[in-house]
Amino acid sequence: MNSEHNVVQIALFTALIAALGLVPQLTLAFGVPITAQSLGIMLCGTVLGARRGGLAALLFIGLVALGLPLLAGGRGGLGVFTSPTAGFALGFPVAAFATGWVMERLSGVTVVLAAGIAAVLGGVVVLYAFGISGMAIVLGRSLTEAALLVTAFIPGDAVKAVLAGIITAALYRARPHSVFSRS
Amino acid sequence: MISLTSPVKTRAHGWPAGGKLLALCVVSVVLFAVPDLMFQFAAAMSVVLLYALPGRVFLRHGLRRIWPLWPFVVVLLVWHVFTDAWAEGVVIALRMLTAVALANLVTMTTSLQAMMDVVSWLLRPFARFGVNVRAIELAAAMVIRFTPVLGEKGTALALAWRARSRRPAGWRVIVPFMVLALDDAGHVSEALRARGGIEMDKKS
Repeated sequence: MNSEHNVVQIALFTALIAALGLVPQLTLAFGVPITAQSLGIMLCGTVLGARRGGLAALLFIGLVALGLPLLAGGRGGLGVFTSPTAGFALGFPVAAFATGWVMERLSGVTVVLAAGIAAVLGGVVVLYAFGISGMAIVLGRSLTEAALLVTAFIPGDAVKAVLAGIITAALYRARPHSVFSRS
Repeated sequence: MISLTSPVKTRAHGWPAGGKLLALCVVSVVLFAVPDLMFQFAAAMSVVLLYALPGRVFLRHGLRRIWPLWPFVVVLLVWHVFTDAWAEGVVIALRMLTAVALANLVTMTTSLQAMMDVVSWLLRPFARFGVNVRAIELAAAMVIRFTPVLGEKGTALALAWRARSRRPAGWRVIVPFMVLALDDAGHVSEALRARGGIEMDKKS
């Protein structure tokens, strides 16, 4: 593994998170169009591991701040960080890192289970902790009230965590050396 | 790639990006520190005035950018009418709209290059601690280039799926999509290495 591969891998995963949120054909069909962007964050951790996955998500959110419309629905710019959903955006790198961290610690478990657990803990628990805090601050509500506002989205994200497990396992079969969290 | 900068050139485009960012930080902190209705109303009106100065196209563009916040405004107002504290609700809603509109204003009047220069300047002291600023700039450039490329590949995969199945592709195309991205990463890094790599500067 050389440093070029490292940088390119991180950059391509960042582009992947963006593409998952922007390409309408890639929305997960559950009746309502749910974008796959937070799935991208989970996959960063389960595939790239804590450090690289966290860096990819950090680069993503950094470019959003610089003014690139990379968030789902073409949102972006500094306004994202003062809006009620700021916590989710700021939580992306931490969530990806946490997902990768858990993934790396579950090396004794099968890939599909390890990735699923890691995605739930990092991509749902950690991400929502940030998201709810941000919403509570911007909207001037208590944490419980803010949590009530986002409960509707939790089932969808739990499904994405399951998908992250399945996708990571399939990827591990197709390109074992590319799943760094396992090598 | 579509950019979020304004279609209309304003005088603020020429102002230094660092100054605009610093001012935005200060004003945002003040907005969150003063929960006074009249103050928040005055702040909101000043921002509307700022948006109106460059003309109608700019104003309409700006309003469209804060439109997605309407569900939050509705929730806040309904909540506060029920808890009989409507003034507090109005303060919070105004503060949120003003803060987002101001931040958007900086994004709309600052080019990506100017923002990138501020980041490079901010990162410069960290280069001493082993942060490879050039690698970060290169990665940023690659993301800008690869996002539309991956977008096209994703669309092509979804279309190929549609040609074979009556059901929409959904999450199943994500696996081949990621395999494509990982393979691309391998090719690009080899190409980069063949052309001298990112450590090039250090050796010379």
